[in-house]
Amino acid sequence: MQYKMQAKNLNLYYGSKQALYNISLNVPTNKVVALIGPSGCGKSTFLKTLNRMNDLIESVHIDGDIFLDGNDIYAPDTDIVYLRKRVGMVFQRPNPFPMSIYENIAYGPRVHGLKNKNKLNEVVEKSLRSAALWDEVKDRLTDSAMGMSGGQQQRLCIARVLAVEPEVILMDEPCSALDPISTMKIEELVAELKKNYTIVMVTHNMQQAARVSDYTAFFLNGKLVEHDITDVIFTNPADKQTEDYISGRFG
Amino acid sequence: MENQVTRKAYIEDLARIQEKIVEMGIAAETAAKNSIKALLTFDKKLAAQVMESDDIIDKLLIEIEDSCILLIAKQQPIAHDLRVIATSFKISTDLERIGDHAFDIAKITYNLKKAFDFQDSHIKALADCAISMINMSIKAYKNADVNLAEKVCIEDDNADSLFAKTLTEISNQTSINTMPEFVFTSRYLERIGDHATNIAEWVIYLETAERIRKTKKI
Repeated sequence: MQYKMQAKNLNLYYGSKQALYNISLNVPTNKVVALIGPSGCGKSTFLKTLNRMNDLIESVHIDGDIFLDGNDIYAPDTDIVYLRKRVGMVFQRPNPFPMSIYENIAYGPRVHGLKNKNKLNEVVEKSLRSAALWDEVKDRLTDSAMGMSGGQQQRLCIARVLAVEPEVILMDEPCSALDPISTMKIEELVAELKKNYTIVMVTHNMQQAARVSDYTAFFLNGKLVEHDITDVIFTNPADKQTEDYISGRFG
Repeated sequence: MENQVTRKAYIEDLARIQEKIVEMGIAAETAAKNSIKALLTFDKKLAAQVMESDDIIDKLLIEIEDSCILLIAKQQPIAHDLRVIATSFKISTDLERIGDHAFDIAKITYNLKKAFDFQDSHIKALADCAISMINMSIKAYKNADVNLAEKVCIEDDNADSLFAKTLTEISNQTSINTMPEFVFTSRYLERIGDHATNIAEWVIYLETAERIRKTKKI
């Protein structure tokens, strides 16, 4: 199996407090990996190590390795801006820029040097289509993104990530602020996107993990308790703690 | 918000389970038909084929059950979807039992020393009745046809009456050489009719959420 990303013996500390313990996890190419576990178990912290978002927190230090296509992303010569272009992120709450729908999408490609108006138009349309949003917004591209519904805003954020042509998309509870219909649309979108991208998703909703992911990793107290094919995790998990969590006996 | 179809993969998985039920139904019906044909024509080769093909039906049962278990675990089916899953479990079990009875009838043929004498027997009519009940119940399932399902339930009385007539015939027979085979075969056919009736009752439940036993609402 081909792995897009691999974590090997990863430990992470907030100051003197250890938050992740010896995590080794493979992320197969063009698959969806769900990270589940109770609050504070380290799943979001782990997700952020995959595109070095934790670098923004001063007290964080890590040891161990994370590879993207076999290259260590924590190597000193890593171009972090380029890394985050390749490994994009969608957050818990939709966070569109306070500008037009069009400008939200065009912003990233412009930062990465795309100036040609026609090309930008193409990128905007392609990204919005990929995020299943084009038909809803094509007639109001110049409207402010702030006037969109929460579900539309989150798909806009996904489109914004897609516009810079990433290879991996990290999603940190992308549906937790959305209504059930919008949630289903995002889930449907994830199923579509995995044909072209590799996706790692943190979710508090176990059923969402069951519905959308190919692999599921269960975190508890900073440790990776179990990871396996989602079908196996939800029908016959190897570890009692995983079973107790997914069947709602604790957490 | 436009009407976009959501949960595409889930809907496809549900449809696949239903297709597999129909596939299993056709396999069970074919097995029953061939087992009777083999018996009536004393065709041991065909009987052996029926016995071999039982593995296909058993394999379909496992596939359907596994798919249902996965969908329950991963997709939380509700309402009609939940009834698709619940009835798939039940219908596939009934179809597997029909397959087993076809196997049993084929085995009787396979071990027979000489051909059955079916002259003036109701066993052929019982077989036709049972097989048409399987056919109708699967058609009712495939087309969500509650009326046809109800016809199957009614037809079960006919199967029971033919079974009773067959038993009377057997008890009046002078030759007792093949009596156990006659009894077992007619019993298997009557049971096939019962399983087809169960399937029809599950079709009614699937489409209306009403529990029916022998055309009576419970």
